[in-house]
Amino acid sequence: MGNPSLITIENLRFERDDTTVVNCDHLHLDAGDILQVEGPNGSGKTTLLRLLTTALQPCEGTILYCGKSIIECRLEYLSDILFIGHQSAVKLSLTAEENLAWMAMSQLDSSSVLNALESLGLAGYTDIPCYKLSAGQKRRVALARLLISDARIWYLDEPFTAIDREGVKLLERCMKDHVSSGGAVVVSTHQDLDLKGVRHYPILGESLLRACS
Amino acid sequence: MRSHASNGFCAYLRRDLRLSHRRLGEAASPLIFFIMVSTLVPLGITPDPASLALVASGIIWVFALLATMLSANDLFTGDYQDGSLEQLLISPQVLVMPVLGKVTAHWLVTGLPLTIVSPLLGLMLSLPEAGYFPMMASLALGTACLSLLGAVGAALTVSLQKGGMLLALVVMPLYMPVIIFGGATVQYGIDGLAWTGPLAILGAMLAAAIALCPLAIAGVLRLTSIN
Repeated sequence: MGNPSLITIENLRFERDDTTVVNCDHLHLDAGDILQVEGPNGSGKTTLLRLLTTALQPCEGTILYCGKSIIECRLEYLSDILFIGHQSAVKLSLTAEENLAWMAMSQLDSSSVLNALESLGLAGYTDIPCYKLSAGQKRRVALARLLISDARIWYLDEPFTAIDREGVKLLERCMKDHVSSGGAVVVSTHQDLDLKGVRHYPILGESLLRACS
Repeated sequence: MRSHASNGFCAYLRRDLRLSHRRLGEAASPLIFFIMVSTLVPLGITPDPASLALVASGIIWVFALLATMLSANDLFTGDYQDGSLEQLLISPQVLVMPVLGKVTAHWLVTGLPLTIVSPLLGLMLSLPEAGYFPMMASLALGTACLSLLGAVGAALTVSLQKGGMLLALVVMPLYMPVIIFGGATVQYGIDGLAWTGPLAILGAMLAAAIALCPLAIAGVLRLTSIN
């Protein structure tokens, strides 16, 4: 046996109102992996990601982080992950810089915060309240967290929503850099990624299966 | 871990204060509500100073309670809707400290201003002179209790679209001991009795609330945000 995978999922099941939303027998994620979770709307992509971030508790099964259950090593695991979901956690009345500085929990100096915003094309918008920014720009503020975080595992739920083509390329480059330095990415998107070595994890939700039959 | 914990407290305190500062109108509305309803009392009941003096302390306390409760409703909804609450729940820290930071910020923008303007209302409602200091002291401690208890209710109703009325029903019973001893402090002061007794009990309640409410809020937030 080599080193245990960064993340191993075993027999994970999550039910909501007697409907199985997530049913994942086995899935593993190693350092250097980009895993693309695919599936139709309502198939449980977001739920799977929320289970992985511990925002939801599974009904059955375990998620192992370096061979240990994520419930046992919760704080250690949580400090090693970064989740960006549909709701971007961007406060509209704060500026982009304030938002990002706060998300970094004031552990960063302002120059690295500004650098991160600049590399996402937000130079000149850093001191404007976020409600004046466009949807794509707000999204970029949220995604700027990727550049300042030292988490090894990224969970990105539909990160390309409202992002333009340049932005998609930029984000793909971020992911590539991240995995080449030993990180791992789980991304749910309907878009084809222009990256080498992306593993695909298709899900067809149980509820959908039932609806089809 | 300790530095992390106090970090969470300060970060959330600072952020919530800054958010209130950016939306001053919204932040000031509990205070304006408090002042406006209090002006209705002489109009609605009687402008006679002797009759008003009898009820002044109770009225100020009830309105302070309502103002705090109305504003407690929004304590977590903003964070819930924009996803910050989810980020808080999965952040690698003890949930209690950020929660305490948020409640402290809430008290600083509602309870503290209410306490500061309360003498003005005392004047308007002909509160006897001996009641002013006990009123401010009891409001300072009492509104902090109300913020903490209100936050428990706010955490319970966070995922509901219109949780305002339910919040009132949930926290009203919890508010009762606070208003009993708060009102008693002022009344003792007016009657020339030792008002520090009920005030001390209010202080004890606050100490218990600081110790227990953040735990309850953290637990409830974990439960209610799972959906």
